[in-house]
Amino acid sequence: MDKLNVMTCEEALRSLAAYLDDELAGDERQNVQRHLDVCRSCYSRAEFERRLKFELRKLGKDDVPVGFEQRVRRLLQSFTPSADTVPKDH
Amino acid sequence: MNERSEECPWFEQAVLDMLPELVGTARRLTRNREDAEDLVAEAITRAWVHRATLKEREHFTGWIIRILTNLFLSQRRSEGSHPHESLEVDEDFSLYERLHQPFLLWWSTPEQDFLDRLLREDLIRAIEVLPEPFRMVVLMADVEGQSYGEIAESLCVPIGTIRSRLARGRALLQRALWEHACDAGLRSESPERRPSSHG
Repeated sequence: MDKLNVMTCEEALRSLAAYLDDELAGDERQNVQRHLDVCRSCYSRAEFERRLKFELRKLGKDDVPVGFEQRVRRLLQSFTPSADTVPKDH
Repeated sequence: MNERSEECPWFEQAVLDMLPELVGTARRLTRNREDAEDLVAEAITRAWVHRATLKEREHFTGWIIRILTNLFLSQRRSEGSHPHESLEVDEDFSLYERLHQPFLLWWSTPEQDFLDRLLREDLIRAIEVLPEPFRMVVLMADVEGQSYGEIAESLCVPIGTIRSRLARGRALLQRALWEHACDAGLRSESPERRPSSHG
């Protein structure tokens, strides 16, 4: 029996966050995808949420101050394969 | 004899390649530049000491970001921080629905215009004012890209709690963005623009 159903908008929107977070699998994922394929309104909402997520993801990357990069390079140079303790000067 | 084996240059390069991500994530977590730099340095040291736990080098990015985040969480716990989450939140708040006004669609796509005008600083400000439990899950899921399972493990709470906090955190974030847009005059919250279905 085909377990895939076309969801209502309410059902699709309830699962949208998990769908966009890649937390749905199998039939659940396909049911949301199938709804988005046929519902322009929910598709538009999904695209908005997807783009907002994309903008948020970009916040995880900042310019590195030159002074701090030098500090990190010095720290890395202090590591040796036998190092298993935290160096004092970092 | 050179003590530094071939893994040192590899580790150094991997860290230097990742430095913008480490600095960005640490700044979002600590909300303070100096604390962020100390956190990154500590995380790099911890990553080196525990490098044997990295099974595949291609997973280095997620692995070191989790080390950094877990270190931050551990520091917060040792400071005795016990964030509350009893705040009442309207989980149904949707920025999209606020922006997506049918009568406006005749001449524009307001939700796209909004995103085009959205500044990085607006997003950072909106995240920074979130109550701590919500701020952490939004950062871990949306900024760091961690899975619900990974977040649940780091925060020592069930996945259901993560889902709930994430829904409420995102609703608060979207409301903050909406209010900022209204304050900045980008949007008007006049009654005729207010959607009738959600409050």
